[in-house]
Amino acid sequence: MQRLEVWGWLVVAVVLSVLAIPWFLWGDATTVVGLPLWLWWHVGWMVLASVVFWVFTRRGWGIGIEPDASRTSPDGTDPRTDAGGDGR
Amino acid sequence: MTLTLQLAIIVGYLVVALLVGLLAYRVAERTAEDFYLASRTFGTVVLLFTTFATLLSAFTFFAGPNMAYQHGPEWILVMGLMDGIIFAILWYVIGYKQWLLGRQRDYVTLGEMLGDRFGSRGLRGLVAGVSLVWLFPYVMLQQVGAGTALEALTEGAVPYALGAGLITAFMILYVVVAGMRGIAWTDTLQGAFMLVTTWVALLWILAIVDGPTAATAALEAEAAGHLALGSDFYTPQWMLSTAIVIGFGVAMFPQVNQRFFAAGSRTVFKRSFALWPILCVLLFVPSFLLGAWARGLDVTVPEGGNVLPAMLAEFSPAWFAALVIAGAMAAMMSSSDSMLLSGSSYFTRDLYRPYVNADLTERREDLLARVGVVVFATGAFLASLWNPATLFELGDAAFSGFAQLALPVIAALYWRGTTRAGITAGILASQVFYLSSLFVAVVPATYAGWSAGLVGMGVGLLVTVGVSLVTAPAAEERRSIYFEGLRAD
Repeated sequence: MQRLEVWGWLVVAVVLSVLAIPWFLWGDATTVVGLPLWLWWHVGWMVLASVVFWVFTRRGWGIGIEPDASRTSPDGTDPRTDAGGDGR
Repeated sequence: MTLTLQLAIIVGYLVVALLVGLLAYRVAERTAEDFYLASRTFGTVVLLFTTFATLLSAFTFFAGPNMAYQHGPEWILVMGLMDGIIFAILWYVIGYKQWLLGRQRDYVTLGEMLGDRFGSRGLRGLVAGVSLVWLFPYVMLQQVGAGTALEALTEGAVPYALGAGLITAFMILYVVVAGMRGIAWTDTLQGAFMLVTTWVALLWILAIVDGPTAATAALEAEAAGHLALGSDFYTPQWMLSTAIVIGFGVAMFPQVNQRFFAAGSRTVFKRSFALWPILCVLLFVPSFLLGAWARGLDVTVPEGGNVLPAMLAEFSPAWFAALVIAGAMAAMMSSSDSMLLSGSSYFTRDLYRPYVNADLTERREDLLARVGVVVFATGAFLASLWNPATLFELGDAAFSGFAQLALPVIAALYWRGTTRAGITAGILASQVFYLSSLFVAVVPATYAGWSAGLVGMGVGLLVTVGVSLVTAPAAEERRSIYFEGLRAD
């Protein structure tokens, strides 16, 4: 299960990187409110990246690094610390 | 008037920085860990802005806008991808893992972390050696930059050597007194200052030139191809090579890499990571757009000069232009002081301690670290007086040089099969390949449009993996420490 999540986030990372530059607008000089359309795309994409990164910090943080990262619950709290009694 | 004002603002900044440094000195403990990492106590704002200010210094104000002026604003995309996305991902992939390991095993440098895992003093020395080779000319470049800028600013009243010397002396004093804590605090002021002044400059100029539509129309009339995405200069290969190589290079730059160890908690790491792309775009867009628009607004850029100061001089009052330029110069220094500090830590922890005297006491190491700063800065200053062209080339190439380290390090962090022989061969092979592409005529600098830096990264990864597959781990290797028992709480 964790392996699948790692691959899922890896795909997200690659997509975020690849589309930071809007290749599909190559050669396009359309401007909107004085700025090139491709620049608007980029700005929007960076905001989206921040949102995705934030979601990652809540749901996936530790994945691929901490062996039991998948035990972190979706709301960001760590069940290990809530449960207590695990000797740490 | 302008001259006095500019000097007053720069001196004013230095005095404020020194006061912050003294404040940091008062709360500091006399240990190497505190001097180098502020005892791993950084909060979100400080970690975010100190990394930001260290990463994005004079380049954002000078070279970047110049590039946008000459070739068009696509440079924003390259920087956004490089720093906002690729570096942010590495912030997690390399940074978070390093932070966990550093906290658990008290690592202060990258070489220490690798040397411990692979049971190898040689590897530790190699990583430190490679890093110092690239760092030294880069520090020198900053001193040359500051010396030249002061000379130009004062119209020769402060000669180059004196300017570079003054800056060096100030940096030594500052780093020796303040350590990482002081540097990070001033960086925080610096980062906020950069953001605010750049936006004020943008709004100020746009108000004068009747808004972005008019500015863009002027640019289109002057240089028609500049607004269309891509050009003969901005090819996909060039954009990707630059963004990938510098993005990975930055993560291995000692002064940036060392900040991975300095976060106070996991939450600090998470917040900084999520805010990173927005912070980058907030700085890049105004600064590079100003550079691009300058082309259409008939701003006269002096031969060999920078576009942003010329733009500010044309459209804003002298005091404001001086403030921004002083900020840019200070940014240059704030990056240099971090470099000095990290260079000194690589020297003491990975070269002096393992090879000269392993039984240093904490206080003695703290003292040695400060002596290291003096030696490193003075050496770079002397080299900057001698001005050797080769060192300049090295400095320019430093990002790609550091990038060569990244993939072998990632392999070591995430693949159990990495062996000591594998990572050592990977680092050596890619360094030799990349240096040859710079200095040996028969080794090309580009491969079908892709830079030698990027190709070298591939070579490093292939050699690391290939040699690891055919060699057995050395007896002293401790494979488990990167994989077992890592947790943040």
